[in-house]
Amino acid sequence: MHPFLQSLIGGGLIGLASAGLLLTNGRIAGISGILSNAAALRPGLWRWAFLAGLVSVGVAAAWLRHPAPPALAASGTPLLIAAGLLVGVGTQLGNGCTSGHGVCGLSNLSARSLTATAIFMAVAGLTVFVTRHGGGLLAMVRP
Amino acid sequence: MRVLTAALFGVIFGLGLLISGMLDPDKVLGFLDVAGAWNPQLAFVMGGAILAAFPAFLIARRRTTTLLGEPLKLPDRWPLDRRLVIGSALFGAGWGLAGVCPGPAIVLLGLAGAPAWIFAGAMLAGLLVARTLAPARAGGGDN
Repeated sequence: MHPFLQSLIGGGLIGLASAGLLLTNGRIAGISGILSNAAALRPGLWRWAFLAGLVSVGVAAAWLRHPAPPALAASGTPLLIAAGLLVGVGTQLGNGCTSGHGVCGLSNLSARSLTATAIFMAVAGLTVFVTRHGGGLLAMVRP
Repeated sequence: MRVLTAALFGVIFGLGLLISGMLDPDKVLGFLDVAGAWNPQLAFVMGGAILAAFPAFLIARRRTTTLLGEPLKLPDRWPLDRRLVIGSALFGAGWGLAGVCPGPAIVLLGLAGAPAWIFAGAMLAGLLVARTLAPARAGGGDN
């Protein structure tokens, strides 16, 4: 299958799950918020059930010998910790991540989510630019 | 019932992340690397997800309860504030560093071993630190 079509179908499943959670439980499928509220022990067993559903897909994939993405381990522990902290603090302050703002918020025609999505996309792109191509820039400044 | 539906939609959401390619930081960073060898594949994920979720938000806007009788209230679309801007920028930096956002981070716990737990641990610490030091004004929904 063409990778674009595969991503479209996978995205469709993500949207379908978000639609389902909204129309049955009345909840937004924003993973950072669900995780934060679950970890802060707010009442609601449904959050743990949703998170368990997510983890179970990873477990099943591993059991079916789906390879782990090599890029994760290649990042190294210090970078993983720094990136994880930034993602955690950022999504808590910004009240959402790629799912809560990028999928649900945009589907809700929310100005807050449009702003958040534009900012995190732009800053993520800039971060990749600096880490991947920044060396060349530095070399131009300091040959 | 709410717990069962949450688990079911968690599984579907996770399958969507797996099929779409979002679990692979290489693909995520390739998508964010607009100045380099840009890989547009992941644009189709958000496209497919919004296509599937948007009708549900249209329906939700006309209702006050869900199909299971749960209260239904969509997140506020406004206002924009400094917290949203700063948080989204920090999240973008973290996402651009490791290529992992919160949803994939949780699925990868079951698939990718130690590096996934290191990232998710740091992310959770970030969420809880920001939650404690800078609590949100309102109840703080799942987003």
